[in-house]
Amino acid sequence: MTSTSNTPRRSRPAVIDWLASDLRALLTLSYLGLLVLLALLAPWIAPYSPTAQDFTAILEPPRAAHWLGTDDIGRDILSRLIHGAPASLYASLLAVSIATAIGAPLGLLAGFLGSWPDTIIGRVVDTLMSFPGIVLAIGVTGALGIGLTNGMIAVGIVFSPIMARLARAQTLVVKNELYVDAARCFGASTWRLLRRHILPNAVQPLIVQITLLLAAALLAEASLSFLGLGVQPPQPSWGGMLARAYIYMDIAPAQMYAPGFAIMLTALAFNALGESLRLFLDPMMKDR
Amino acid sequence: MKIGRRSRVVLGRIAQTGPVIIFATLIVFGLMHIVPGDPAVVLAGEEPTQERIDEIRVQYGFDRPFLVQYGAWLAKALQGDLSRSLLSAEEVTTLIAQNFPNTLLPVIYALLLSIAIGVPLGIAAATRSGSRLDAFVSALSSVGIAMPSFWLGMILVTWFALTWNWFPATGAGSLMDDPRDAIWRATLPALALAGAGIAEVARQVRSALVEILGSQFIRTLRAKGLSDSAILWKHGLKNIGVTLLTVTGIVFNRLLGATVIVEAIFAIPGMGSLIVRAAINKDFPVVQGVVLSMVIVVVLTNLVIDILYGLIDPRVSDQ
Repeated sequence: MTSTSNTPRRSRPAVIDWLASDLRALLTLSYLGLLVLLALLAPWIAPYSPTAQDFTAILEPPRAAHWLGTDDIGRDILSRLIHGAPASLYASLLAVSIATAIGAPLGLLAGFLGSWPDTIIGRVVDTLMSFPGIVLAIGVTGALGIGLTNGMIAVGIVFSPIMARLARAQTLVVKNELYVDAARCFGASTWRLLRRHILPNAVQPLIVQITLLLAAALLAEASLSFLGLGVQPPQPSWGGMLARAYIYMDIAPAQMYAPGFAIMLTALAFNALGESLRLFLDPMMKDR
Repeated sequence: MKIGRRSRVVLGRIAQTGPVIIFATLIVFGLMHIVPGDPAVVLAGEEPTQERIDEIRVQYGFDRPFLVQYGAWLAKALQGDLSRSLLSAEEVTTLIAQNFPNTLLPVIYALLLSIAIGVPLGIAAATRSGSRLDAFVSALSSVGIAMPSFWLGMILVTWFALTWNWFPATGAGSLMDDPRDAIWRATLPALALAGAGIAEVARQVRSALVEILGSQFIRTLRAKGLSDSAILWKHGLKNIGVTLLTVTGIVFNRLLGATVIVEAIFAIPGMGSLIVRAAINKDFPVVQGVVLSMVIVVVLTNLVIDILYGLIDPRVSDQ
């Protein structure tokens, strides 16, 4: 929670220095970059169509023709894994964008204005914080209809208080800085103060939090799809693949490992990137 | 004087809970009204007759203004009447009363496991900060947080139930009728949930303790000649009480969410299976009832935690 005057600006050399000195950040960024590439190029990279069935190869263990084996109706697991990546990434980005779009402005306003707007926003935030995220998401899919987008909008709304609290806390720190007073003395409007002086200096912890929330949103998407409330079959998703694997758990337990690892590794990568970013953006946190 | 101030803090905190619960009921009630189109038509199910639609419209009062409907719903809810399931025609409160114990048992079990295992791990990591053990605990908690609980549940079932037959794969027991059996059956679900809980507790305890052990007053104690273990037990742990309370609240909320999915793995007739079935079948009164009751449980837990803050940390009640 220091002022940002002495932290490195995000210019190109600083980023390269960072990646050269932080192996974890380099690994996680490479993994996530690769995942995005796979997601974008899925139709060209995946060896099979995600819905192509091969009835001569049902629930097969990994072999040369199918690197990760096949599922209960002979579909290639690796191909389904690759084709499942776009849904997971889209869902995470959607939920976190909504959380940020709602939470960050509310937090900025609450922290900057104080008094009754702060109280009201605080109550709303407290209330939303009390909703177990996935439960509200299930409720919303019940109301709006089953589907990934509806569920992830609900997850985004439930996550928004986290962004709001953080933005408020940061604003409280930044708004008492001398340069904010100076800008005010020169007649800057509230809007200009918020946009030009407070937001840019409060944004670093928000970036870290966004990265961490991506992991939480990914797990929420996997949960919804597992329950059959998110991505709808036959469209592939990692959570949906786990749901299939669950049915055949007693005869082909190995089915559950590939999609589970995909979810875990991706969540792990988002979290690790968040931690690395925290250290990079705020070196004072190094000991914690 | 002191007691007076404390009870004032407690009362103030209880008063703050009111608006939160009222606002939560508004959100829960509003859930049904974000339905695109006419809710009466949706509620009437497949191929409804006009008669049935009109009947539902009158029954639920959809012909009246939103706030009037909300007021009527709230008044009934306060008396414990959350309407009836559209599927089974059972009272929603009865369904919740039947299902909630099956959800709470694994959650509380998992919470206890998280604290019992997470706290020692966190302490061990913090006192040997920078060691291999510390790195191991950090890696373990990163994995625990990133692992979907329901996947961990599936892995546990495969090994402990299907391969080795140590535990039953599915089902829940009643704590009232046969407590041993109930706890036995809740063990695998609780372990599946505890993976993330242990990780979170260990991480937060480590972080808090590292900060305390690096603070000025600990340095003074060390300079005074106090041994490391005396510093840890007498002064370090006393100060992580607040952290422990905070993390307990966070973990409880998270477990309550995660259990909804874990219940599907273990076929536990709890709140999770109730709301999933209701969501798929558009059984709105049940969806509302489950969301509302879970929110109220979380709000009340946070209330108790906040009151405990004031009791263990006099600085809080001074504010």
